Amino acid sequence: MSADQPVPAARSFRSLWRLRSYLAPYKGQLLVMGVAALFTVFAELAVPLVSARVIDGPVARGETSGLWALGALAIAFGIGEAVFGFVRRWVQSFCMLDMETQLRNDLYAHLQRLPVAYHDRAQTGQLVTRATSDLTTIRRFLGFGVIFLIVNVMLFAVVTVLLFRLYWPLGLVVALSAIPVVLMTMSFEREYIVASRQCQDLEGDVATVVEESAVGIRIIKALGRRRQIGARFLREARRLRTASLGKVRILAKFWSILDLVPQVLLGVVLLFGALAVSRGDLSLGSLVAFVALVVMLAWPIEAMGWILAIGQESATAADRLYDVFDTEPAVQDTPGARDLAEVRGLLRFEEVSFRFPGSNQNVLSNVDLTIEPGETVALVGATGSGKTALTALVPRLYDVTSGRITIDGVDIRDVTLSSLRRVVATAFEDPTLFSASVRENLALGRIDATDAEIAEAIDIAQAGFVYELPWGLATRIGEQGLSLSGGQRQRLALARAVLGRPRVLVLDDPLSALDVYTEGLVEEALRHVLATTTALVVAHRPSTVLLADRVALLSGGRITAVGTHTELLDTVPAYRQILSAEADFDDDLELPVGASR
Amino acid sequence: MTTAESPWRGVASEDAAEISVAGGVFLRERSRRLLRSLARPHKAALWTVAGAVLLQNAAGMAGPYLIAVGIDDGIPQILAGDGPSTLFIVFGLFMLSAVAQGALRWFFFTRSGYVGQAMLFQLRRRVFNHLQGLSLSFHEKYTSGRVISRLTSDVETIGELLDESLDELVMAVLSIVSIGVILLVLDAPLALVVLLSFPLLLLMFRWFGKNSTLSYRRTRETVALLIVQFAESLGGIRAVQAFRREPRNQEIFEEVADDYKAANRRAWQLIAVFEPGIMLLGNLTIGAVLLYGGYRTISGEIEVGVLVAFLLYLRRFFAPMEDLSVLYNSFQSATAALEKLSGVLEESATVPAPAYPRSLESPQGTVHFDAVRFGYRSDAEAAVVLPRLDLRIPAGQTVALVGATGAGKSTLARLLARFYDPHEGSVTVDGVDVRDLTDADLRRAVVMVTQESFLFSGSVAENIALGSPSASRADIEQAAQAIGAHEFITALPEGYDTDVRKRGGRLSAGQRQLVSFARAFLADPAILILDEATSSLDVPSERLVQRALRTILTDRTALIIAHRLSTVEIADRVLVMSDGRIVEDGAAADLIGGSGAFADLHQAWLDSLV
Repeated sequence: MSADQPVPAARSFRSLWRLRSYLAPYKGQLLVMGVAALFTVFAELAVPLVSARVIDGPVARGETSGLWALGALAIAFGIGEAVFGFVRRWVQSFCMLDMETQLRNDLYAHLQRLPVAYHDRAQTGQLVTRATSDLTTIRRFLGFGVIFLIVNVMLFAVVTVLLFRLYWPLGLVVALSAIPVVLMTMSFEREYIVASRQCQDLEGDVATVVEESAVGIRIIKALGRRRQIGARFLREARRLRTASLGKVRILAKFWSILDLVPQVLLGVVLLFGALAVSRGDLSLGSLVAFVALVVMLAWPIEAMGWILAIGQESATAADRLYDVFDTEPAVQDTPGARDLAEVRGLLRFEEVSFRFPGSNQNVLSNVDLTIEPGETVALVGATGSGKTALTALVPRLYDVTSGRITIDGVDIRDVTLSSLRRVVATAFEDPTLFSASVRENLALGRIDATDAEIAEAIDIAQAGFVYELPWGLATRIGEQGLSLSGGQRQRLALARAVLGRPRVLVLDDPLSALDVYTEGLVEEALRHVLATTTALVVAHRPSTVLLADRVALLSGGRITAVGTHTELLDTVPAYRQILSAEADFDDDLELPVGASR
Repeated sequence: MTTAESPWRGVASEDAAEISVAGGVFLRERSRRLLRSLARPHKAALWTVAGAVLLQNAAGMAGPYLIAVGIDDGIPQILAGDGPSTLFIVFGLFMLSAVAQGALRWFFFTRSGYVGQAMLFQLRRRVFNHLQGLSLSFHEKYTSGRVISRLTSDVETIGELLDESLDELVMAVLSIVSIGVILLVLDAPLALVVLLSFPLLLLMFRWFGKNSTLSYRRTRETVALLIVQFAESLGGIRAVQAFRREPRNQEIFEEVADDYKAANRRAWQLIAVFEPGIMLLGNLTIGAVLLYGGYRTISGEIEVGVLVAFLLYLRRFFAPMEDLSVLYNSFQSATAALEKLSGVLEESATVPAPAYPRSLESPQGTVHFDAVRFGYRSDAEAAVVLPRLDLRIPAGQTVALVGATGAGKSTLARLLARFYDPHEGSVTVDGVDVRDLTDADLRRAVVMVTQESFLFSGSVAENIALGSPSASRADIEQAAQAIGAHEFITALPEGYDTDVRKRGGRLSAGQRQLVSFARAFLADPAILILDEATSSLDVPSERLVQRALRTILTDRTALIIAHRLSTVEIADRVLVMSDGRIVEDGAAADLIGGSGAFADLHQAWLDSLV
């Protein structure tokens, strides 16, 4: 994600160009802004011209009569400049912020669509900087830079024409000055685009370290690794500083040379202009006007340096944005996907193989398993046997690599994701909680859940402790629910899964963090739910296995045995090895008192 | 107002909708202090840079004057037939000043860029280190999204100020002062016309200053909320997708994005009035000078050249004024960011580092809790978790801590690991209060493996090495072997070098727990705390871990919290906790044989094994 390979400039500008669709709704406003900018600049330009008229006219002739009219004209232009300046900024405050917000919302929506496999790799910090500083950069260029780029080029052209008309030889000199400017700009762009992208990527890397260090603060503290994480942060911050300084050096060179151009022009104009005046080819007033006009060019030329710089930056920012937008969600609704309406709940794995994207090693191989409607199957296997991967396939957090999973005979890839995930509810081994109210955390996507449904779910999961929180269900739980104990979090995750009685339940070791008494109570309540629900339950404990009607033993990504707990215990040594209570106390551990069976 | 008294101390102002006048003064003063302290080490460099800007400005100032000389003296000289010598001299000087300006400008850009980056680096480093030093109770309230927004968006806002500020500030002040003087010298009556605009200018700056402070504060707050929603929801994307949370997330996100937009829009609209307002004042003044100056030229009081110079200088007088308004805007925006950052820096750790640390060279592992009282919210009597706890654990003992959820087991462990400090009483290791130990000494003595086995993105080996950064690959593999993680690690595509991905997403919860275990094993502390550290392990893995623990724990103190009583088998002593008190204390066999809570618990556990 943090790309070290140089980005071709052409691609970056293509990315920027692609953003035009976001500008399209604001064509009118952009036009107003452009026209206002033009007027501002030309009003600014007009004032010295009027001044010249004053000097050549009334002042030269020594008459006050024309002075008032011309003076009033200068003031009128002055007021016009301010008014148009206001109009441009005012309009900009509406359309550009709307555009930026639209882009941000689209980015977020797209990221939410991208599958878990993408997010496993994507660094949060990199995504955050895309949604904030990259978008700001783009908005700044599109809402301001582009307009002044156009205005400045026009200004340059108009001034040059005016200069030609005043005195063509000097006009030619000014026109020719554009050539070195363009050449310099081209070489600058080649250098700067690389530096710009690098800085943006490094900003993302810094943000990533920050994010990890904040989320992982407990581990850092528990191990006393503050210095190590600090060193890691400093390393990234240093790289960013170095890259930023590289950028500064490129800019310093470009800007200071660019700033030199109007100065040199002015000197040349003064020299040849004065000579022309002394030869009588040019009037004094015209020379003054000429000088004033060339002074007027100084700002657009200098500003060009800045505009080009943010232009590059926004081009690479656009690139980074399209890195995300161009990632097609690998898991998405297929064309013609239909809603999975009322289901009986027949869940079937057919020849399912799975490997993580980008890996060449199968995690699951040819898994065949049928779970009848209402049946509960426990999934048992050693650490790393693929249990968690299997559970993630049912709600299509990942798609199978080959084979298929069906519900009531329909391939789950042929139904809409939203209807599939309405039918299938999952409790993960890590109870993911968000900094929101307990209620929001329980309901998550099911925002229409009734109070009764929520109360029932809390009941089943024995999560009654939530009522005793300071504000009950409205209590905001901290990020990741870290103010709660592991057992409490796990019960919330379970309540979330059983909320609204889904037809298919996938529970990944749902009782691991509970104490024995609570576990007993939850099992009791869960049994009622499981009686009528199709369920796949990952189990590490015999007690959890007993929730199930049948057990499937997963070993090395294959299902090696299916049967009841007792059957497997009797006939499959591997199963006994994994689950049997007796095996808990093998030869070198003394038997606990009363554990013989 | 003293810092200690202000209700706006620390991050308190972050959620406040309105801030009192005194509060505002306090916040602004605090942020300026931070800015000054960042700039202080660069004093010399800043003066040099300011000097360069000054020289550049002086060179620039010469321009209009040289032009005036060229027109007023050079041309008449040629017309008088005395040749173009003056003109050539003027041209030569003009070119010289141009080149000098360019060189100085280059010097300025590179130097000030260097200083700016150094200040940003320092700011990042300070805030990051400070945040890392703050206690968990702070981090529980201050979500990671806020931390990210402080260290990215806020810092960048300050970067924007540093990028543009210095030359414009120096130039603006200098241009305004020096041109003011030149104007006065050129023609006092005309200069007075210019001075008339000043009171109005000041009024506009004040108006903008007051209003923009409010809107930029709002911008900083809304962007933080935006990042919080963004980062947190994408961090938990599994749950989001599995539970179809996307539409609701989108709704919330668009709401905060709209708030952010509104805050930004308000700021922009203030600028939309402010900047053209300054421009308008300048233009009106130029118009007035043109009229009055033209009149005076006609009446012969001043020369044409003076009027021309006056008009040229005036442009250079008001252009910096406009720059100043832009700069003031950046400054306001950066001040709002500095308010937030200085607030974070002002937060003090509720678990502070000792002022006079006592050393613990080779910890033995004796642990004492003396009359410890603790609750997570210090204000609420009802929230007391440990009312009064006394406990003595001799060095080398393995203690199992059991009891129902909420009994206070984890709290006890966290106090020993000094995640929190007790309200009353003390926790000592080898007779030394843990509050008197440096972080380094404490962590060498006490390591805790928590329920959340958080992994950082990076390889498996790197994650294990977190336990002991100086460990060799052999040490790492040995640690993994000792706790039975070696097998699954070598089965990964790239073995120990496999990237575990964000939060260890590539591994299962059980595998992550094994990695955390290896990490703690490698840390080799005198006191090891295991808080539900085996909950996600399957039975064979747990068995391996148990076996390893027997060896590992022989010469160290251990505190083991587990719901599964298999752990109890390796404990020398069992403590049963209930409502923050130790209700039973003894050897496992004795307790099981008795009729207390543990005997019941043990029976229930045996039943659960089926």
